[in-house]
Amino acid sequence: MTEQRVPVEDRTRFLERKELKTARVLSLIGLVFLWELLARIGWVPRLFLPAPSAVVGEAMEMVASGELFRYLGSSLLRLALGFAIGALAGIVVGMAVGFSSLAEAVVMPVIAATFPIPKIALLPLLILWLGIGEPPKVAVIALGVFFPMAINSFTGVRNADPLLARAAVSFGAGRWSVIRKVMLPSALPMIFAGLKLGAGTALLLLVAAEMIGAESGIGFLILHAQNIMETTKLMVGIVVLSLLGILSHWFLTWLERAAIPWKHT
Amino acid sequence: MRVVIERLSKTYGDRSGQSVEALQSIDLSVEEEEFLAIVGPSGCGKSTLLNIIAGLLTPSEGDVFFDGLRDGSHPPTAMVFQEFALFPWRTVLGNIEFGLEERGVAAGERHERAMRLVELVGLAGFEEKYPHQLSGGMRQRVGIARALAVDPAVLLMDEPFSALDAQTRQLLQIELLAIWERTRKTILYVTHNIQEAVFMADRVAVLSRRPGRLIAIVPVELKRPRSETMLGDARFLQTVDLIWGLIKADAEKALVSPEGG
Repeated sequence: MTEQRVPVEDRTRFLERKELKTARVLSLIGLVFLWELLARIGWVPRLFLPAPSAVVGEAMEMVASGELFRYLGSSLLRLALGFAIGALAGIVVGMAVGFSSLAEAVVMPVIAATFPIPKIALLPLLILWLGIGEPPKVAVIALGVFFPMAINSFTGVRNADPLLARAAVSFGAGRWSVIRKVMLPSALPMIFAGLKLGAGTALLLLVAAEMIGAESGIGFLILHAQNIMETTKLMVGIVVLSLLGILSHWFLTWLERAAIPWKHT
Repeated sequence: MRVVIERLSKTYGDRSGQSVEALQSIDLSVEEEEFLAIVGPSGCGKSTLLNIIAGLLTPSEGDVFFDGLRDGSHPPTAMVFQEFALFPWRTVLGNIEFGLEERGVAAGERHERAMRLVELVGLAGFEEKYPHQLSGGMRQRVGIARALAVDPAVLLMDEPFSALDAQTRQLLQIELLAIWERTRKTILYVTHNIQEAVFMADRVAVLSRRPGRLIAIVPVELKRPRSETMLGDARFLQTVDLIWGLIKADAEKALVSPEGG
């Protein structure tokens, strides 16, 4: 009887995850193609589902006439202002709460009590307080961004390695140095996670606010287009919003890489 | 600079209200330019002692003095940590400059001094690397450079090489001795490794298990500069044996005690 030599096989092979790039691209192209086909053969009325080509055509026209930029401009202004105010306030409050036990004792119960409120429910109240112009829209976005930012900054500071703070103190760092040179950089990854979370919330609240009481902006465009049965324009609004979401995420990811070079080199 | 430790005790209160005595009435002085090692079994409060000297912990009783220090001036110590404790967001150069920044040294001089230390610890060419791009041994060289940068009168080292592999540890011990020969800092070196303590130090302070008491100060009768060949020297082995004899019983107790380690 001869001995058989059997090489050992890697039995974990089925656990490997393959990178299927073509499938990823094909899936998107396939969806658009199917959509176009459905609209072309007329199974679905144009009024309910305009073809992608028609949406693109409409978007080009709106760009050419400058109409799209009017809507986009007022939306971007609200978004930028609300996001900046909310994010900045959230970072400052979150870091203060993370660092000072007094601030935590005072602020945390308030945050815990107000965090669960759906922020859009506050819009009528904000309109009552701030008038019907831009301030309540900016304020509702700022509020929506504030909470995830505050909570993430707080968690980031709390998760900072106490050894690094002690090392800093051993080299003569005082309170402000520790906050600026240890707590802030420690919290940056969490802060950026909060910014990405906040960007999604901001977009949601922007559209909701513009649908409730506005004469401008993408949210208004969508609602108005629906009222006058211009489904193609409505679709343009939705596509612009999704592009806005994707672009803001890309931008924040790029900014994160630039701001946290020690994680990516 | 001479460091005097007088009747130093430290008792920690834990959450259940029980108190744990970490250090009990330590009297010890470290002479100018001396390399003093502190050894003891796990849980003997070695690190506690170092942290109190560094001003990172309040003692329950007793005091630490630095001879010739004016009232209120900053204790001239710098610390090297077991876990390196480098700032991950700072480059090698940035880490070394940290202490100088906090002391308000101007940027130009900071850079110049940091560059000299990069040379001293053999990290030339790695100035702009981040800690995670370095090996453990290189990281601790940064830790040593960061401490030396502030030109401390007393260098405090808390098990600086125990997180490193055996070969790297031995090489760094020799490097540290060479640096010490050149700079002649007063060094307080905490370790659980008796061979390391005897090989490097002028005197070895031996602490008992919790509560940490000073049971002996053993002088090391080896010539300077030290070299690896001395690791086989009869006096080296005798001193190691002597110290091991002093703490063996304690170390055995620590092995079977849940609070040890």
